Amino acid sequence: MISILAEQIGKSYQHIHALENVSFQVGKGELFGFIGPDGSGKTTLFRILTTLIVPDSGSVTVENLDVLKEYKKLRTMLGYMPGKFSLYPDLTVEENLEFYASIFDTTIQENYHLIRDIYVQIEPFKNRLAGKLSGGMKQKLALSCAMIHKPTVLVLDEPTTGVDAVSRVEFWEMLKKLKSEGVTIVVSTPYMEEAGLCDRVALMQFGKIMKIAPPQQVIDEYRRNLFSVKAENTYKLIEDLQRFPETGSAFPFGQSVHFTPKSPAFFPQMLIDFLLQNDHQNPDVHSIEPGIEDCFMELMTESPDAGDLSKI
Amino acid sequence: MRTILFILQKEFLQIFRNRMMLPIIFVLPLVQMLILVNAATMEMKNLNIFVIDRDYSTTSRKLVGKFAASPFFRITGQSTVLSDAESSMKRGKTDIILNIPANFEKRLVKENRAEIQFLINAINGTVAGIGYGYAASITSGFNREIVSEWQKIPAGTIGAQSIQVKSSFWYNPELNYKVFMVPAVLAILVTIIGAFLSGLNIVREKEIGTIEQINVTPIRKYQFVIGKLTPFLMIALVELGFGLTLGKLLFDIPITGSLFLLFGTAAIYLLVVLGLGLLVSTMAKTQQQAIFISYFFMIVFIMMSGLFTSTESMPDWALKVNVLNPVAYFIRLVRMILLKGSGISDIYRDVISLAVYGVAMLSLATWRYRKTV
Repeated sequence: MISILAEQIGKSYQHIHALENVSFQVGKGELFGFIGPDGSGKTTLFRILTTLIVPDSGSVTVENLDVLKEYKKLRTMLGYMPGKFSLYPDLTVEENLEFYASIFDTTIQENYHLIRDIYVQIEPFKNRLAGKLSGGMKQKLALSCAMIHKPTVLVLDEPTTGVDAVSRVEFWEMLKKLKSEGVTIVVSTPYMEEAGLCDRVALMQFGKIMKIAPPQQVIDEYRRNLFSVKAENTYKLIEDLQRFPETGSAFPFGQSVHFTPKSPAFFPQMLIDFLLQNDHQNPDVHSIEPGIEDCFMELMTESPDAGDLSKI
Repeated sequence: MRTILFILQKEFLQIFRNRMMLPIIFVLPLVQMLILVNAATMEMKNLNIFVIDRDYSTTSRKLVGKFAASPFFRITGQSTVLSDAESSMKRGKTDIILNIPANFEKRLVKENRAEIQFLINAINGTVAGIGYGYAASITSGFNREIVSEWQKIPAGTIGAQSIQVKSSFWYNPELNYKVFMVPAVLAILVTIIGAFLSGLNIVREKEIGTIEQINVTPIRKYQFVIGKLTPFLMIALVELGFGLTLGKLLFDIPITGSLFLLFGTAAIYLLVVLGLGLLVSTMAKTQQQAIFISYFFMIVFIMMSGLFTSTESMPDWALKVNVLNPVAYFIRLVRMILLKGSGISDIYRDVISLAVYGVAMLSLATWRYRKTV
């Protein structure tokens, strides 16, 4: 059962190709994630899915409805949460929710069961103006408003950006629960660890989809050995790694550097020796499991545009 | 229909929650009434006149006395040297110089004729023209008086008072400028509420991003437009009522015509203005842009509306352009209904024009409004 079918979508703004030949499908009840850096075209893609902008080329159907021709019917079935908080800051929590329920010709009571788990957390503040809520509560309210009319497809543009870690975890729990109700969810996120919570992810860059696969498969297909390298002077470490003849790639990940060797014949002692020769204190090199972020970094390096890192 | 009601409910909640809104609705008309009506007056009072009397005779002093007694003039100085008066005018202290030459009385007696001179500061042409009018009428009155006094011609005989003009000013018998201004200020009030607030309100939804969420809902274009504009139609009519009450209480302006017709006309006029506001909101992305676009239109419309000046005296091309000026229609209509007591049969042409204009404007604006970003 297919919920969203996109074929060869293209969209340009003047000279910038926001989307190029984007094709994908999302099954009914699937939790589908889009991952990519800022400016990779996620928001443009979501606006096309939600009938807000018209693509230059290609076709999109959502729940078998064409986004261009049958947008009126489609709008009754869509739940959309834009990247920017877009509820009325001068209405209270309850008034916002009531308004969105009423324009979809329903009531809060009718679909309360859908939003209960989220809404109970903000209900104590139901008389507070939406503009005065904290970031996490705003997002919970926005999700409630997007859900109140029982949409069959939910499109969430970076719902957890700017939200604290605890609220983010709670937010994803809610998405899982909604998914179990049979709602198709399309979500974008800049956080790699959230990608692992999706059924499938699409990695996007420069307006193109580079890979679509379940997160575990993305990781499994990671072809290289991955090592975490630590030394006391991280900055010098990166510089030295670039001179190391065996270096395939080296990306800083917080305190450590994720390192991949060029040949399978590499073993950690080679690098430790090299680092000791270069005056590093207590270098540590050990093999680690790749995460989705490593895969993304690798895909980015392979893409032809990746030479110019300033674009990221 | 239900959807429109929900939008209306939401709009009113937001409008009355806006702390600036009530002051705008109630303080704005009060201040405009008190300031504009009182200050912006075309009546000439206290024109400063400097008298150069080189004759210093009984007759010349009598003439000066006439000016001193007139409510329109205030004598700022008297001298026998013209340069004193000129320097006073240069310093901006004098509007008119009355120059009475020596031998004024002597010539009048001997030759039966004499000349006096007015020098008028015409930086403001209107003031100069009206000031001259007043001065000339005082002089000719004085002229008649001395002619009849000296020649001892019995009153009623030809020569003394050939034709006397007795005027009666209709619709504003006391030539009270306030009566002229209040209806126009009412029209401006309605215009500001209609054009500015409605446009800003919609642009605000763009600015804070709520429009994006609204556009994904099944709300139809016409529902959104009606829901957005109706509150301001109602507020503008309340404003008109409030302003009219103020005008009656503060300035005792006449309300000769039917109030029902006045409010009906205002509602039709508001279609045009709200349509304009909506059109502006489709062009602007931010409230700042909306204000500047509206301001541009409003300045042109208001300046050409006949608020201060008579539209009939505008050049031909301007009269033709003014056919498109809704404010001019409305100011004319409000004055006709309030002061003249015009009924629908007198003004139906203007009302129909406004209605057509309103429908056209609203259709254009609604067509331009897009539910996409």
